[in-house]
Parts: sequence; structure tokens; C-alpha cells
Amino acid sequence: MELEKIDKIIEKYSSDSSSLTSILSEIQAEYSFLPQDVLKRVAEKLEIPMTQLFGVVNFYKIFKLEPSGKYIIRVCLGTACHVKGAHGILEEFERKLKIRVGETTKDLAFTLEKVNCLGCCSLGPVAMVNDDHCGQMNAVKVNSLLKRLSSSGKY
Amino acid sequence: MKKIKNREDLERVRKRIVKKSDPNKPCITISSGTCCRAYGCQKVTKAFITEIEKQEIRDKVEVKTTGCLGFCERGPIVVIYPKGIYYQRVTIEDVSEIVTETILNGKIIDRLLYIDPVSGKKFVNGEEISFYKKQMRVLLKNNWLIDPNKIEDYIINGGYTALSNALFKMTPEQIIDTIKRSGLRGRGGAGFPTGVKWENCRRANGDLKFIVCNADEGDPGAYMDRCILEGNPHSIIEGMIIGAYAIGSHEGYIYVRHEYPLAVKNLKIALNQAREYGLLGNNILNSGFDFDIKISIGGGVFVCGESTALIASIEGKIGEPRAKYIHTVEKGLWNKPTNLNNVETWANIPIIINKGSKWFSAIGTEKSKGTKIFSLVGKINNSGLVEVPMGITLKEIVYEIGGGVLNGKKFKAIQTGGPSGGCIPEKLLDLPVDFEKLKETGSMMGSGGMIVIDEETCVVDLAKYFLNFILDESCGKCIPCREGTGRLSEIVERITSGKAKIEDLKLLEELSHVVKDFSLCGLGQTAPNPVLSTINYFRDEWETHIKNKTCPALVCKELIQYYVDNGKCNGCGVCKNLCPQKAILGELKNPHSIVQDRCISCGICHENCKDNAIILSSPRGKN
Amino acid sequence: MGIVTLKVNGIEARVDESWTLLEALRFLGVEIPTLCHHDGLTPYGVCRLCMVEIEEKSGTKLVTSCLYPVKEGIVVKTHTDRVVKGRRMLVELMLARCPNSKTLQDLASKMGIENIRFKMKNEDCILCGLCVRLCKEQMMSGAIGFIGRGEKREVVTPFRTKSEICRNCGACMYVCPVVELPCRGYNPQGELCNSCLRVVPECADEYGQIMCYLESCGSCVKKGEMNELVKT
Repeated sequence: MELEKIDKIIEKYSSDSSSLTSILSEIQAEYSFLPQDVLKRVAEKLEIPMTQLFGVVNFYKIFKLEPSGKYIIRVCLGTACHVKGAHGILEEFERKLKIRVGETTKDLAFTLEKVNCLGCCSLGPVAMVNDDHCGQMNAVKVNSLLKRLSSSGKY
Repeated sequence: MKKIKNREDLERVRKRIVKKSDPNKPCITISSGTCCRAYGCQKVTKAFITEIEKQEIRDKVEVKTTGCLGFCERGPIVVIYPKGIYYQRVTIEDVSEIVTETILNGKIIDRLLYIDPVSGKKFVNGEEISFYKKQMRVLLKNNWLIDPNKIEDYIINGGYTALSNALFKMTPEQIIDTIKRSGLRGRGGAGFPTGVKWENCRRANGDLKFIVCNADEGDPGAYMDRCILEGNPHSIIEGMIIGAYAIGSHEGYIYVRHEYPLAVKNLKIALNQAREYGLLGNNILNSGFDFDIKISIGGGVFVCGESTALIASIEGKIGEPRAKYIHTVEKGLWNKPTNLNNVETWANIPIIINKGSKWFSAIGTEKSKGTKIFSLVGKINNSGLVEVPMGITLKEIVYEIGGGVLNGKKFKAIQTGGPSGGCIPEKLLDLPVDFEKLKETGSMMGSGGMIVIDEETCVVDLAKYFLNFILDESCGKCIPCREGTGRLSEIVERITSGKAKIEDLKLLEELSHVVKDFSLCGLGQTAPNPVLSTINYFRDEWETHIKNKTCPALVCKELIQYYVDNGKCNGCGVCKNLCPQKAILGELKNPHSIVQDRCISCGICHENCKDNAIILSSPRGKN
Repeated sequence: MGIVTLKVNGIEARVDESWTLLEALRFLGVEIPTLCHHDGLTPYGVCRLCMVEIEEKSGTKLVTSCLYPVKEGIVVKTHTDRVVKGRRMLVELMLARCPNSKTLQDLASKMGIENIRFKMKNEDCILCGLCVRLCKEQMMSGAIGFIGRGEKREVVTPFRTKSEICRNCGACMYVCPVVELPCRGYNPQGELCNSCLRVVPECADEYGQIMCYLESCGSCVKKGEMNELVKT
């Protein structure tokens, strides 16, 4: 990990703690997760106690301490999606990917997450693959989506 | 882009933009909110541009992308001006026909028009559609007209007039007085009078004060703030500048959730444009007043919508709420006086300044003024965003605007206020919607989510859903919220799996009241509302789950059973192929059967059977 | 320094205006149970046991006394039905989480809690945050902190490894209400003990027996008497 790169990102922002979330998000966009030595560097540079920083990265859902998959699938569990059967969609993903929600497949292809409302309530049930929304999901669509995304045809 | 120098210059700029645009020139607007993007509106937009280039009519027609038009169900929506022809569910295949027929030949394409499912009537003009007709679109009006990435579009529609009037014609006290008289109350859920909050913040000691816009819209089933953020960001910015001037603040924050990437993008563009025009930053319009806004991105945690947690989050700390015995208007962000309002509240400010407090307070009920945007979703025909005057009845919203329950099913309840709210049953549908009336039913206004549920939704399951939501989103700081909701969820889990005793219902109620009374912040204090309100209105259904181990709505997995109706099954084998458990057996063209030991009640077979041959029953073990 | 007048359980009292309500109540000798409060640390307000009722024009409201600044003329009731019932439920919830804590077992007995209606867990931390605050505010170390949300919340060192700044002073253990020796009652560990409540002590008719000199014997606070106390 090149720490100069981290320093450059930090320099773009004001050095008070209010920039913390933005800095960490940008670093994560670069590395897909937040490695230990990077966090130590951020704490040092922003002069934030490591205890506070470790609390923050373990509190907010956006931060990841382990590498995530190429495709991050987020299944919306908002109320509107729930009454239209979103839990069934999540379970179908779990079955097909053979992982539990919050986990990543071993080949780092997929990470499965749940999200409490994406704000596309008219389209429910909704899933999001990286930045794309997929509306009106059902079990059949889950299968075709995974087939389309996985190059190896494993899922 | 040149900086606008002063008040007169703003009007000159406005005139110049008006002069440049021709109101009779055909304009194709494509709704491009997040929902419509999921329907593929970006491809449609591209197709329009390509088609227009191909037909070499670039100077004859304009293409514009706007924010959300509210009728999300029907996206992508294309409106063609000047006539206002409303096409719905437009795909790329329709594009060349629209350009040739409608733009060039002035003909209307019948199949793209909206047909009212009840009357069968076709509508050319969008505003005539029953979904829009009963609405009062004050905040959402401009979403139809402006490209959120063009400040000129906002200015041409009267944008920043309120700011210029506030800065040059009004004193801060007069502004606060106007807001107070208007009767505007916070749209974030609690309904605190906005003017009073501003006044308290203005009076608070200290030179350094902050303005915050709460755009951490986390309520599941509510997305009206996203719609304004994406479609009309300048209205929020203008409101914030006016508020800052009234309160005496020079620094503002917009705390927006990261789940709304388009909102973040549009906000950033809008802020930059406002700065370039001299409407934000130092010496705004040469008035001597300085104010700027920073964006703070939320970390995807629901509790950060609570004001004190939000402030902690901006400060780069864990988003834990604190007790509010010292108000944020006195000690908020970095312990300085801080005025925090919700997106919709800020967007109301320019309108009130422009139209006056009298105009605003004439709308609504005695204690709740103005309009409110609701997201009408769930088991409803016309789902989308609706803006209605306060005091409209729930019945009007559900049946006249919403067009009734989906697939002709029976209405059961309407859930308002998200995880802090409750379910309002059919007998209360004549209730006029306002802050107090909703609270009286045991629910609340919340940020404005309205989820319609029908006979196929189980209220116990819904209560369980909200409890699990809170359990997942509780910060975990105080005992009643963390341990209490965990135990509530444990009890409800027992009920939905048929393992509960009738005493459990009593314990559930007892614990609910303690969580309500003893929790530290609003999240915990309102967490038991979904449980208490459904027990209040649907006690029978709760008791049936416990006593008969039956789920009347056929939802709770552990209480239902799937089986095949031999008379209906034609042995097509679809279910057999889809079953994840390989629990369905049978030869092709012969009736199939389900091996109950293997079945996990996922419902995939039921969902995909074209002959409705998969039947549900409750309680288990009947067949 | 100013003085404010307040009414506590019907009695008027004058206290220092800079105090919190809990400070005032304890000064006046009213017994208020707390688990997350320590005089030398910033109040945190998470155990919620110190909540009391305050009368207002529009009705009564519950406030967290360890955080609530005293105000002129407030009318406070510390042991109303609503408050006492709530406190009992809170202790029940905490005890169901950490059944082996002697502090909690004693508190339960004192409040007359005789059964736990929830499935017992076997955690060893009630997340009161005393250790976190003591480490940061008094030991000037800040070696431990909270991580996670909701049920996943816990107290750890960064990266869960041996802390570079911890001096092994042991203050965190000293202040912890759960880490002490488990209750040695009749019942097996992991259950509500209630020994101190159930034991019928060889109590003499008058005060002064050897039992009475033992620290927190508690045996005279039997259930009936407890209720009497609560009512007053």
C-alpha cells in the first residue's frame, strides 16, 4: 500500500475531523476496503485517537474492513419492498451464492448486503448491483442476473 | 459564467435567459430521477438525442432531463411541451416514432398515453390524470420544468427571487416573523414550529452559528427528500441561505445519505453553480452577507437522522444521540448554536417568502399548515410521490389519488411514519391528515411514508419487520432500546413461529411501554409504536397467531404450508425446476406434489405457477 | 453561585443551580439506583435507571436525572409507579443479559424481582461505558472504545489487539459493575439468585444483631417491606 497516495487524498480535505467520512470513503473507493496500516496513517495525519477512528469505521455501514467482491449486490429491505416479498429475494441470493448476507464469495466475485430502503419504493422489490438498480425482482430474475454477471457461470 | 453583482443584475440575468428561450419551441422532457433511471430513462434520453441528430432537427427541438415527476410507477415519463403531452412507460423503441409523429407531424401516439384503469379514459395532458388532479403541487411543481443541473432553469422559473427579497427588503426579524406566522412546522417528523426554532437559534449566545440540512432520509418507504434533492436542489440551497441570513450564520452543512448518489451529484453541481453566480459564498449579491454550504456524506446508518446523532456524525464521531436537555439551537455542532431542518422544510422557505405567510397559512388545518409530500407505496395502484394540502383525508389519498388497492384486493391498513409510526385501519380512513390527528391514532406523520397494506399482508409480520429494522439500526447506546427491542423481537418471533403463550402478548405490551418511556432518543421512544398500534387495531390477528397458530394473511412462514391442487396442476414442471429444495416431485404432464419435510416455504413455486395450482393453508399440518 | 428551589416527592428543597438533578437528589438523601454513573466521570445516561418523573403543565415527563440540569421550580417524583415498574424491567433486561453480575443480582433482590421472563444470555458486559470513560477521562489513556451498533456493540481495543497505549493500570476492571466475583447464592450460575431476598434471616426483634453490621446484607428488605418503601 503506497502511503503517499493516502497522504494525497488526505491533503485534499480540511484537516479537521469533519472530513473523516469523506476521506475514508475516497480511500475505500480506491482499495475496496480499509486496511489496518491505512487507518493508522489516517489517524496519525488527522490527529484523531485510533480508538475513535476504529469506533467510527466499525459503526458506519459504508466502511469495510475486508475486501469486497467485484459486484456488490444490495437488496433493499425497505417497507414497500418488504410487503412485496423482498426477504424472499434476499434468501434466493443467499441460496444461489451460498453465502449469508454481509459475506463475500470466496472468489471475490460477489458481496451480498442488505440495505434499509434505497428510495425506489415504487419499483419494489429492488436490488442494486454496484450503481445500477434492478426493479421488480423475483426469484427467476435473481437467477438470470447472477448468470449474466458471473463470467465463470458458477452461480 | 459571470458573477451576479447585485439585486438588479439578478433581474437582468433572468430577463436575458427568458429572452433566449422560446416558449413555443418544442421541448422533450424526460423524467430522470433514480426510479426512472432504473427503468432505463438514460438510454431513452440518448436515443432521443441520436434520433434528433439523425433527422437533423437539432435547432427545432430541445431535449431536457428533469427530476422525478412523482408517478414513479409509470416511468420513464416523457412530457412534450408546449402542449404538455404526457407519455408514460416510454422505451427506446418508441423514440423515433415520437420524434417523427409527435414532434414533426403534431400527432399524438395513443398507446403511450395514460389510461385510467377505473374509467378507461385516456389522457393527453398529465395534469388531468386523477393521480395528479387532486394533488396540490407547490414544492414539486418545478420538478416538471427544470433541469436540476442548470441553474438558469431555476432562475427562469422565479428562482432566487425570494433570496433577493429577503436580503434587501427584509430584516432577519421580519423573515423569522414571516416564517412564524406561516405556521410552517418541521417536515422531518416531529413537527416543531420552524420559525420558533429559528428565533431560538438567533437569540442563542455566540457569534459562530451553524445551519444544517438533514438529508439523511432513512425512513423505509419514504423518498420525498430524494426527489427534491435530485430534482430541485436550488430550492433547498435558497431556503438555507435565507435561513442563515435570518439566524446569523455563515456556514452550513447538508448531511446527505450515501445511498442517494444522484442526489449527491446534483447537489454538488448546484452548489458550484450557485457559487459561480455569486449566490453563495462571500458577499452574496453584494449584500455584505457571507454564507457557504458544505456537503457531508452519511455513513448509511439510520439513527444519524436523529439531530444529535447527525451532528456527532458531521463532527467525525460515532453517530450516537445524546439527551437534548440542552437544545441544539444552543449547543449543537462543535458546541455552537445550530439550526437543523429537514430538506422539505428548507424547500418550503423560498415559497413562503415569495407568496407570503398568509397564502401559506391558508392551506391546511388549524395547527398544520401548507402542503406535505407523501410517498404512497405498497399495495396500491398508483404508487409514487404525492403532494397534498394538510387536512386531506386518507381516503382521498388512497382511493382518489392512489386509485385503490392493487389487484382489487381488500384494503387492510395504511402504515405511516416508518418504523416510528403505526398502522391506521380502514375505519379511520376519513381522518384528515395532520400532525395531531395522526398522532392520536397511535401513528405519526414521520417524514411522510405511506405504505398501503392489503389482506395479504400480516400485521404481526409487519410489526416484526419494523422491530428487526430498529434492532439493526439502534446505535446500542442505551439499555431499553438495545436490550428491549431485542427482547421484543424475540417475543414476536415466538408468536410468528407458533411457540408463544398468551402471556407473551402481555409481556410484549408491558415491555413496549418501558422502551417507549425509558429510551434515550426518539428512535427508541417510538420503536414500539408499530407493535402497540397493531395490537390496538388488530388484536384478533395477534391472538389468532398465538392461540390457533394460524396466520390469516398466509405470510408467517412457520405457520403456513404449501400444497398442490391436483385438479389444477397440469404438470408443466416449472415449479419443480425452480424449487431450491428439490421438494417438488412429479412426472411431466402429471400432477406434482410437495414433500413437506423438505419445503422451506420460500413461495417460489406459488409465485411462478401460471395455473394457481399451488395453494397455501394455515395452520400447518392440515393436508 | 445561585440556588434553585425544587420540590422532591412533595418536599421543597434548595440546591445549587449548577448541579444535575441526580446530584441534587443524592444530596437530599433520595436513593436513586444507577449503573453507568460515577462521580468522577462525565454522565453518559445509558443505564436509564436514574430516570425520574417531572411534572409539567401539560402532564408529566420522564427525565434522565444524571443529565438533567436542575431548574427553578421543578416538581420531581422519584418513585412513582411508572418509574419503579420501568426500573424493574430495566434490571430484568440487564440481568437477562449478564446473569452472573453480583451488582445486578443484588439490585434485583432489592427491587423485589423474583423471576426473569427472558431467555438468559451469558454476556459479561452491560455496555455501561464506565471503563471507556475512566480510561479516557481519568487515566488519560483512551485505550478502549465502543465499536459496532445495536446488539453488536462492544468495548474493544483498536483492531482487537494488545493496545500500544494501555498501561495495564486495571482501572477498567476496578470500575466495572459486572467483572467482580459472581453471586454465590443457592441457585446455579446463570440464573436469578434472589438468595438475599428469599433467605429468612435469623433476625432479632431489634436492630443491632451481628447480621445488621454485615455490609449490604439486605435481608430485612423483604418483599412486603420493599413495597411499603416504594409507596412512600
